[in-house]
Amino acid sequence: MANVQYQWPSASAAQLLGTRQRRLDGADKSTGAAKYTYDVNLPKQLIVKALDCPHAHCRIKSIDTSAARRVPGVVHVHVIKTPKKDADGNTVLPEVLFQGELLVAVAAETEGAAAEGVGKLKVEYEVLEPFVSEEELDAAVQAQRAKEGRPRVSIQAEPDDDVEDEEQFENDEIERLFREAKYVVEGYYGIDAITHCCLEPHGTTLHWQDGRLVAYLSTQNVSGCDDGFAAALDMTADDVDVHCEYIGGGFGSKFRPDYWGIAAAEISKKTGRPVKFMLERDQELMIAGNRPSGYLNVKLGADEKGVVQIWDSAQWGTSGVTGGGVADKWIPYVYEPPNYRRRSTFITTNTDQSRAWRAPNHPQACAMSQTAYDDLAAKMGANSYDIFERNLKHISSRQKAEVYAEEMKIGARLMDWQAKWHPHGKGPRRGSVVDGLGMAIHMWGGGANASTCQVKIHPDGGVESYCGTQDLGTGTRTICAMVLAETFGLPISAVNANIGTSKFPFSGASGGSTTVGAVAESHRRAGQDALAQLCEKVGEKLGVKPASLVAAAGRIHVAGKPDEGLSWREACSLLGMRPLEVTATFKRGQKTPLSDEGVGGVQMAHVEVDTATGQVRVKKIVAVQDMGLVLNPQTAESQIYGGVIMGIAYSLFEQRIMDPKTGAFLNSNLANYRLPRLGDVGEIVVEIYEPPDQRERGVIGLGEPPVISGGAAISNAVCNATGVRVPVLPMTPDRVLAAIKSQGRASS
Amino acid sequence: MKQSTSASPPASGFTRRKFLQGSGAAAAATVLATTGGEALADHHGDEVIAGETTITLHVNGQNRQAVVEPRTTLLEVLRYQFELTGAKPVSADGSSGASTVLIDGKPMMASTLLALSVRDKKIETVESVSQRNSGAVPAAFVEYDAQQCGFCTPGFVVAVRAFLDKNPNASEAEIRAGLNGNVCRCGTYANVLQAVIALVKGGPRG
Ligand code: FES
Repeated sequence: MANVQYQWPSASAAQLLGTRQRRLDGADKSTGAAKYTYDVNLPKQLIVKALDCPHAHCRIKSIDTSAARRVPGVVHVHVIKTPKKDADGNTVLPEVLFQGELLVAVAAETEGAAAEGVGKLKVEYEVLEPFVSEEELDAAVQAQRAKEGRPRVSIQAEPDDDVEDEEQFENDEIERLFREAKYVVEGYYGIDAITHCCLEPHGTTLHWQDGRLVAYLSTQNVSGCDDGFAAALDMTADDVDVHCEYIGGGFGSKFRPDYWGIAAAEISKKTGRPVKFMLERDQELMIAGNRPSGYLNVKLGADEKGVVQIWDSAQWGTSGVTGGGVADKWIPYVYEPPNYRRRSTFITTNTDQSRAWRAPNHPQACAMSQTAYDDLAAKMGANSYDIFERNLKHISSRQKAEVYAEEMKIGARLMDWQAKWHPHGKGPRRGSVVDGLGMAIHMWGGGANASTCQVKIHPDGGVESYCGTQDLGTGTRTICAMVLAETFGLPISAVNANIGTSKFPFSGASGGSTTVGAVAESHRRAGQDALAQLCEKVGEKLGVKPASLVAAAGRIHVAGKPDEGLSWREACSLLGMRPLEVTATFKRGQKTPLSDEGVGGVQMAHVEVDTATGQVRVKKIVAVQDMGLVLNPQTAESQIYGGVIMGIAYSLFEQRIMDPKTGAFLNSNLANYRLPRLGDVGEIVVEIYEPPDQRERGVIGLGEPPVISGGAAISNAVCNATGVRVPVLPMTPDRVLAAIKSQGRASS
Repeated sequence: MKQSTSASPPASGFTRRKFLQGSGAAAAATVLATTGGEALADHHGDEVIAGETTITLHVNGQNRQAVVEPRTTLLEVLRYQFELTGAKPVSADGSSGASTVLIDGKPMMASTLLALSVRDKKIETVESVSQRNSGAVPAAFVEYDAQQCGFCTPGFVVAVRAFLDKNPNASEAEIRAGLNGNVCRCGTYANVLQAVIALVKGGPRG
């Protein structure tokens, strides 16, 4: 068999790729037929609810489960947070480091009985001092919660510079660069912690069958969680099946079974009954994923054109109980001035450890730095567009500066930027309402994850595929079917694409925009390999070279001669009695013509600010995005809409509000953890940038990029409207009013 | 199975969460009806129900029997006893809209309604509502890709159906103002908006 050259069809030859295709599971989702983990009900299942710790920092002195056990309907009580023994055999009381940690699980016949059982648990706590004031650096230092990271400095030394004492040299040089700068801007910017807030909470419905664990798990890592269960339960992964046909949101928070998943398996084993253990909403917000906060002071110096030459920042923030925070590596964001010094301090707080949140580090880095670039424009009295464009001279993105420039042009046209532009704070006022424009740019990798696909072609023409990936709502299932259908010249409906269980061949976790590349790789490779084998048979039958054959419009025929060939079904009948089974694997990072990494994008926002109430209203957002070869523009657009709306969410609405005294998460419910509603999103214009040279790069992931630059763009638009920087996101009305007041420019 | 009739309804003033954690021994349906945001007329007078009882609910055109306690929510009955899992448990207080069902034609949150309080009511869930008008709403949701993860979607579909029944000729501004009871974390609002605009334009089928 000839070596198969993996490649995508050209734009003109493609029949499905690049066309708008409806997602295959849309109808199941919108009619309520789709079964999520929460919806799977196993016969005789127990419902588990857990007591979560009300204190942010405490020790558990005792747990009394006796009253809970007596509640009618309660079947089993499982203590999660058990005392440990130290080396000398003394009992060590368990310490809780953040509010919400699950202490005891109660399994019962009904939700009501489980909840009542939880209410009857008696726990004695020794309350300890919490620290949650992550924005207050001085307080963190005083509380010994702050740890300085290694500063990162890059100064372009002149050849005759004497670099003996490096620190002295750096200080001198930075001083010189600021002296020589035409414009110097100093600013403070920040972005509060937010949660993942998946609408389907974390959890599992599971049971044991003949010593094997079968777990329906709300996960973005189907192929990896069998190992997760196995490792924790002291068994091997072959004895665990993980299923996830549908998942109600993950966003980076659902990669593992989590300790409550393990507890569910233990309870099920103990009771001999299936178990459903899903987190409550407040628990979901408190312990099932959050994004690190970040705050930053910066001084930057720019030349007469507004090109930043020196960036000197000090940032802090937290990713929770184990410290950490936003990586300074991405500061300033996309832009990388020739000279910079970045210092960071990591704060340890009594909040749950962060998890990867859609585009880890990037939205915060963007919001903390491209706001400073916009303040430079304000200081210069320049059009922000010009400053963002001129600084493309120095970028650290894998996407090219020319692509950003082109995307900015497109964005400006769609926004009507030049016509709407006014200098910061100088726009017309309608009563107390002012409007303004802002923009920001972003980058992401999005290289393909590892993936294996098995394709089966039956002698009757049926096609099915198996891949242990998952569809987070991004349209993965549809992409799998599209790629095979394209490869075989069949309609999408002719392909039965199966995903969503660890029984299928391994496919990597869905994180970092790596899934579309992963499944496109494995399905295209398996498809092309299978087709090559089928073409051998067809070539033999027709007496033509297999390499001369193509699959199109339901036939396999000699290229350019549709009549010289066989129908798909006839071709498949040449397989004889057995289906053709082909498996192909893509390894992460391998050289490939089918996929690539490194995208860019631009977002522009037009907002209205009521300076009397502090209310910000998004009028319009334009999002221009490249992603290499676009497989399904329909679902790609939806991803971008979704990213833009999540950007609006963390710019204006959502924030984790902690009580500095008790460390309590004050708004861990959907009534007070505010998310935008349909009426809050204004007009959103999405433009996918796919010129031939981008298409040629192959598939690149899209999940993360569109969520990144909305924060800075909206913040910049508010600043342009009011002439005042609202330093910290979300820009809630109180913060907008405070910022206006502090600069004495409140409307009269 | 115990059922008794005596005493007056307990005073209001407890939260629903506390109530659900309470003994479940006795509570009057009348009190709880108010948690639905709208007082549902109660036809059962001063009746007090304790423990488990079998009731009949009128769901999607059928009379179905359910075993409930006073604290059992409609959402629990739908999901655990009737296998109608379209309405989703997202927030017990109803603030997400994910458990939206129609009660006598009005959109309400199944998570905030006690099963006892909706006896004698016409209950319609997404499994049935989505089929109305030849399934026009789900069809538009599919056409405009108004679902990503899809967990909020059934609630949205019911809310949209109820909204269109009331506002068949809604303008875009009215749509933006009238569908704010449902949260979508994936950010499908732009697509939902397009779908609803198309449904309005689609005329009678919408
Ligand atoms: S589609 Fe995921 S929450 Fe709406």
